[in-house]
Amino acid sequence: MTAVARAHLSACPACDAVPAAQALADHAQTEQEARIALSVPGVHCAACIATVERALEAYPNVTSARVNLTLKRASVEAGAEITASDLVSVLAAVGYEAHELDAGTLSATQNDKAGRDLLMRLAVAGFASMNVMLLSVSVWSGAEAATRDLFHWISAAIALPTILFSGKPFFVHAWSALKHRRLNMDVPIVLAIVLAVVTSLWETSLSGEHAYFDAALTLVFFLLGGRYLDHRTRAVARSAAEELAALEVPRAFRVVNGREESVAVRDLQVGDVILVRPGGRMPVDGEILEGQSELDRSLLTGETLPVFAEPGQTVSAGEVNLTGPLMIRASAVGEQTSLHRMADLVAVAESGRSNYTSLADKAAKLYAPGVHILSALSFVGWYLYTFDVRTALNIAAAVLIITCPCALGLAVPAVTTAASGRLFRKGMLVKHSTALERMAQVDTVVFDKTGTLTAGTPKLINLDAFDSETLSIALALSRVSAHPLSVALTQAAQMAGVEPAAVQKLQEVPGYGTQGLYNGDLVRLGRASWVGASNEGSTAAYLSIAGKVSEGFVFEDSLRAGAEEAVTALREGGKDIVLISGDSSDAVRALAEKLGIANWEAEALPEDKAKRIQALSEKGRYVLMVGDGLNDTAALAAAHVSISPASALDAARVASDIVLLGGDLSPIPMAIETAQSATGRIRENFRIATIYNIVAVPLAVAGLATPLIAALAMSLSSITVSLNALRLR
Amino acid sequence: MQVLSYLIPVSLLLGGVGLAAFLYTVRSNQYDDPEGNAHRILSGQYDDKPKS
Repeated sequence: MTAVARAHLSACPACDAVPAAQALADHAQTEQEARIALSVPGVHCAACIATVERALEAYPNVTSARVNLTLKRASVEAGAEITASDLVSVLAAVGYEAHELDAGTLSATQNDKAGRDLLMRLAVAGFASMNVMLLSVSVWSGAEAATRDLFHWISAAIALPTILFSGKPFFVHAWSALKHRRLNMDVPIVLAIVLAVVTSLWETSLSGEHAYFDAALTLVFFLLGGRYLDHRTRAVARSAAEELAALEVPRAFRVVNGREESVAVRDLQVGDVILVRPGGRMPVDGEILEGQSELDRSLLTGETLPVFAEPGQTVSAGEVNLTGPLMIRASAVGEQTSLHRMADLVAVAESGRSNYTSLADKAAKLYAPGVHILSALSFVGWYLYTFDVRTALNIAAAVLIITCPCALGLAVPAVTTAASGRLFRKGMLVKHSTALERMAQVDTVVFDKTGTLTAGTPKLINLDAFDSETLSIALALSRVSAHPLSVALTQAAQMAGVEPAAVQKLQEVPGYGTQGLYNGDLVRLGRASWVGASNEGSTAAYLSIAGKVSEGFVFEDSLRAGAEEAVTALREGGKDIVLISGDSSDAVRALAEKLGIANWEAEALPEDKAKRIQALSEKGRYVLMVGDGLNDTAALAAAHVSISPASALDAARVASDIVLLGGDLSPIPMAIETAQSATGRIRENFRIATIYNIVAVPLAVAGLATPLIAALAMSLSSITVSLNALRLR
Repeated sequence: MQVLSYLIPVSLLLGGVGLAAFLYTVRSNQYDDPEGNAHRILSGQYDDKPKS
């Protein structure tokens, strides 16, 4: 019922006139129904759409589900009791990876006011330019005297309001550039449009032969086309990036007078007591008051081994609590937390990168003054030659129109749109507008270990070393715990077909392990010190039966999908590969040897990582950094270009230029190739545009350019440039 | 040449109708998911009515 009401509301254009009523209706609706948005990077075909929609709609209390294939996103109308994580597991069951998106930011980007505005102006410009072109064709094919004047006046009547409406974005940009005493691409554009319209009006009023209304309109049309492409690419990237940023739901449990309440993290204050459940992330910096557990610090430091936690110990925001509930007294909140202090480091590192000038800006810097000087010179030259302002002005306008950067305005956006679209289909989101150009220069790739090259989930590697009785006891003990090592052990044992032994009085001792009684004997599975074993330094759990300790269960972080392929392909592509991690030397060496990376560094602090990258850059290297942790954030910002997986902390994703939407690393080498061919195309496009100018400009300066030649040159160069961009696919 | 006084307004009107139709499609979200629509048309599921 409500879904029908919504469809009716948004389909009726008149309703836009009563936004208040609509807001009211929307509001009433949100109370009954929740709209959940999911990012589903894996959908790519008609069958995928049907599978995903059917799976979601089959779930109880889901009213409707719709997949948007362009944005690779599913939006679901469901009862308020349905949470996004339910739906994520529904999709996982049918084989699609999904992430929750924030519905608030989604509704803001969905309507995409700016994009619609541009499209509207583009449509009006297209309509007007075609009509004026029609009139111009009859003038070119021989309309004379009164007819020609009539056609010129009608053209003027169509062109003037259209240029005011459609050209507004250019006028605004050019004005803001001039206000800051700079020149951008829009200044020559606006000058050309204005000069063309003014001289044409003057000519028309004197019953002159040449009017450039059609040229001015086509110019606006083509340039708006480029602007729209550019906007669309960036809007898709921006909205997806914003929505990913909302992945971490910022809520915490505050304990007041023995009762816990759910509050937003930004409302927490220093001194508040907060309960962090197993599996939860620390919202603030603080000190442990009660409870024992283990902490996973891998996102902050890169350590894979969980750290023991007990009262009196300090914790930092971002650490994950693993086994037991912890009570924390907040010592720093919000901006003061160690997590946010990292931002300062990022700001320092980032200042190095802002030096990059995009190809378009470089071209504009050469181009804009050149055009103005050329046009001014031809005005002065012709004025001195004929002493006729009208002729001189006409020629100056023709020069400006012919050189106007129609093709230049399309050259970059057409290519970036094609390249970003291609990368998006492979599961990569290009966030930054110059990321592709910088990516093309890369010669060194720096990887982080934990969570980037490895999946961050441990895997048991010595299952064969144990007899079946030991395994069945271990399985009985590990089954009851949610600790990552226990989960890995359970998985491995069940895969091997081990049946759990009959262990009684199972009990998890947070921070240490699990224990129980087997045939009247105490059995324990857990930390070396608790069980009574000697730790060998590797990630391991130990089992003791009646005080007798078995060999350690050794775990290893499993490789992320595609990591090996990515490293191999990059090496074959002639890139230097470096591994920098905050983890212990042993773990890093093992991984480096496995992947054949000769150049590695362990136990690196966040500052070390950033410094190492800066050192590489100073040596003239162009570094691509791939990382996910908070300890990588500064390094990501310092690198020439950076990539982070979608599973990364939002701070890391914000600092990086490209986000990998899927869990697979293998698209990285392909992305570099695409970036290189895209940059090649951009340069080619600039060359094509220059050739057109070299041919047409002498004609214009010599006073031989007619509106027909201007129209031909403009359309031809724009079309060639767009077609050249499409060859990228 | 008298005919021009009919033909020019007529052509402008026809073009205007096209423009209005385009603006309507923009306003009714028909460009939100071009790729998805291209795939949906291949499935028999939406033959009777489009997906809301």
